[in-house]
Amino acid sequence: MRESIIMKIHYGTALGAVVLVAVHILMRMTQNFGQSLQYQNVIANYHFLPYALMLEAVLILLSVHGFNGLRVILLELKQGSGYEKMVNYGSLAAMAILIAYGSRTILMAGMGVS
Amino acid sequence: MAVVTAPTSSEELITIEKTSGELNTITLRIARSNPAEGHETTYSEFKVPVKKWTTVLEAILYVKQNLDHAVAVRYSCRQASCGSCGMKINGKPSLACYTKVSELHSNIITVEPMNNFPIIRDLAVDFKQLISNHKKMKPFIIREDSEVTPESKEFIQTPKDVEKYLQFSYCIKCGLCNAACPTMATDTSFIGPQGLAQAYRYVADNRDKGKEDRLKIVDDAHGIWRCHFAGSCSQVCPKGVDPAMAIQLLRGYLLGFTK
Repeated sequence: MRESIIMKIHYGTALGAVVLVAVHILMRMTQNFGQSLQYQNVIANYHFLPYALMLEAVLILLSVHGFNGLRVILLELKQGSGYEKMVNYGSLAAMAILIAYGSRTILMAGMGVS
Repeated sequence: MAVVTAPTSSEELITIEKTSGELNTITLRIARSNPAEGHETTYSEFKVPVKKWTTVLEAILYVKQNLDHAVAVRYSCRQASCGSCGMKINGKPSLACYTKVSELHSNIITVEPMNNFPIIRDLAVDFKQLISNHKKMKPFIIREDSEVTPESKEFIQTPKDVEKYLQFSYCIKCGLCNAACPTMATDTSFIGPQGLAQAYRYVADNRDKGKEDRLKIVDDAHGIWRCHFAGSCSQVCPKGVDPAMAIQLLRGYLLGFTK
């Protein structure tokens, strides 16, 4: 993939994450902070499908943005074709694992499996 | 640390300073190294008489002439046109021929080779990568028709067209921008502000038809996106070129903001 496409995704995910995390923070303000952290209320978030989908979107956006950022830092730190290949595929794999694990958590909480 | 004192001729000059007040004596610290021989960097100190218009290059040449012939320095035009005498002067990448001792406001002047370049010896650095990156940008007008055929007309440009790229054509390839770039310090494969500014210079030229080629070259894992917009390249350019701006404008083409 061309670097310009990757960077467009990088900038897009940053903007998307800012918007969705702002919505997430605003949702916390509908009740007081202590209440929002109570077990029942936290679980209720995952049972509400639109909110669960938003959390999934936040997870994807932050994982893509974060791991691409890490890839860029690592590429600037050291050079070499073997190392660069390892960083590229490693970041992609780490991103996929994090998204899979986070999605599993959202799904299980949504379905009431603990 | 070697301290070399001036021979009789310079002592005479220092005597003049005491009587007329025209001359001042500074301590010139020159970084000495020879990586090919495995020598680590040391600093040699020299007492050099200067006048208010003496440039750092003249001070170094005074050392070469009178105190230590072995100091390695690259220079040519002495008028900020050739871009040969780039070095770190009191920590800032500058042209030695374009920096007056008096404007440094210090009696101790330290000259070191430019950062982000392999050192050949002392103050002379290897420009191979800079020139290779410059060449990679295809620094010439690309188009199928040519100005030289008898039937063709000149490529007319309005002053507005020229303004888009003119400042970037003032680049003398001195490498100061690359020496000041924080990305170049860690990413040895980075094209660098000089190459990227040159790419923009030709992309913005409406006579040129090689935009797509150049955009492909800079759109690389070690290309234009690795610039963090620190702006130090623009700050050190002795010709008033603004490579940081060129990079941002070039990004506009890749992001689709500019056609």
